[in-house]
Amino acid sequence: MNLVFDPAWLPRLGQGVLLSVQLTAYCMGIGAVLGAVLGLVRVYGGGRWSPLYWAASAYVHFFRGTPLLVQLLGIYLGLPTVGILIGPFLAGLLAMTLNTAAYQAEYFRGAIQSVKSGQMMAARALGMSRGQAIGHVIMPQALRLIIPPWSNELIYMLKYSSIVSMTALRPETMDLFGVARSIASRNFRYFEVYILVALFYLAMVLILTVALRWVERRVRIPGLGTPGRGI
Amino acid sequence: MALLRVENLHKRYGHEEVLKGVTLTQEAGETKVVIGPSGTGKSTLLRCINRLTEPDQGQVWLEDLEITSRRSDINQIRAKIGFVFQDFNLFTHLTALDNVRLGLTKVRRMPRAAATDRAMAELDRVGLAAKAGAYPAQLSGGQQQRVSIARALAMDPKLILFDEPTSALDPELIGEVLSVMIQLARDGMTMIVVTHEMGFARSVADEIVFMEGGVVVEQGPPEQMFRSPQIPRTGEFLRKISELYGESS
Ligand SMILES: Nc1ncnc2c1ncn2[C@@H]1O[C@H](COP(=O)(O)OP(=O)(O)OP(=O)(O)O)[C@@H](O)[C@H]1O
Ligand SMILES: [Mg+2]
Repeated sequence: MNLVFDPAWLPRLGQGVLLSVQLTAYCMGIGAVLGAVLGLVRVYGGGRWSPLYWAASAYVHFFRGTPLLVQLLGIYLGLPTVGILIGPFLAGLLAMTLNTAAYQAEYFRGAIQSVKSGQMMAARALGMSRGQAIGHVIMPQALRLIIPPWSNELIYMLKYSSIVSMTALRPETMDLFGVARSIASRNFRYFEVYILVALFYLAMVLILTVALRWVERRVRIPGLGTPGRGI
Repeated sequence: MALLRVENLHKRYGHEEVLKGVTLTQEAGETKVVIGPSGTGKSTLLRCINRLTEPDQGQVWLEDLEITSRRSDINQIRAKIGFVFQDFNLFTHLTALDNVRLGLTKVRRMPRAAATDRAMAELDRVGLAAKAGAYPAQLSGGQQQRVSIARALAMDPKLILFDEPTSALDPELIGEVLSVMIQLARDGMTMIVVTHEMGFARSVADEIVFMEGGVVVEQGPPEQMFRSPQIPRTGEFLRKISELYGESS
């Protein structure tokens, strides 16, 4: 087989990488804040029948229970019908953010709940308010626990960002996958272009994985080793 | 006026009434040891005193302040009542020093430098100044419990509640914790201690309180409780735990 790679593809692919990275970074950042709030509400927001708990749970179940693609198209095609005009980039960002926030809410809930209940009790016994206890005792521990699932979510979202290629029509709003498809559709070098794209995604994932592992090691609590190591 | 008054305290979990009207008085400087069979409500009593558990009925007074009143600022009251847990509950993500310092800076709003000095002094008092930078997972159980005592002491509590502070410890580590507690008692700290360590009770308790089935069965000074309990059940229980736990201290 005769593979042909053309360096002229690279600038456009580079732009696609940039857009994918931007989308992922924004949605993960905003999603983390929303997810933390939703997770906290699901744990501390009163009993099962408090409206706050109910709203947060409904949100989480809805956005985890429906496909991201449906959410994207619902936003991109649905919002204009009620008079809200939204471009493909913002629609993609909004869909990804709302979606990842729901998943991250569950990671936060799990992490918060795996902090031992004695920690909250000890903090309250010292005279801390519930908010202080959450801020100074519970969250610092939960945030460490959340790094591994959060890394997974980050990698998922990086790859899922390719769904914006469904709506992006102009080159400057295309993510890596969208760019690749548009290049390949002109020169018919599908195989080569997609190999290149796969390598780009792989490289990004590897860089993120290494970086997050580093963060995980940096914030590890001394004395609490990796379970199973050295046994 | 008594430092602490517990009046007719009731608590139920579902159908089970765990506290059935407990009344106690504690003078400043006094050490009270609470004993009783498992499931009798000793932990529940301690937790109701600073409202980590809300009692259903009855009152608790710290001097002239009603802890159980809806209008009291519970956080402010808790800051004056130390609590030492059976399983230490040190904040796992903080060093020994930060564990002791956190309440000082966040609850008592002490400036950082002053809080550090105070925290170091308390660690020194429990013999752990050298371990200030260690994390809980790097400390033995006995050391962790001493840090948690330092954490309570740093708040300048009027009273410290101990819930079986040595029950989670290996036998060889019990002594180091008890000797810190004995020193505290001799220094005049007011303490309520749930424990089976009868050696500790004999040497520093002003009073032993025997609880069973959610009520105080009998209370009195250790000599009387050991030598001539008024209620047969008290003597029986004291003999049993003295056999089980020995008098190591
Ligand atoms: N949060 C809770 N929910 C339901 N039941 C509880 C709760 N806490 C305690 N209980 C019950 O209340 C009873 C008294 O418990 P408590 O822990 O106060 O006993 P204890 O005297 O401290 O016993 P031990 O010596 O085993 O520590 C037990 O039957 C226990 O099962
Ligand atoms: Mg108990």
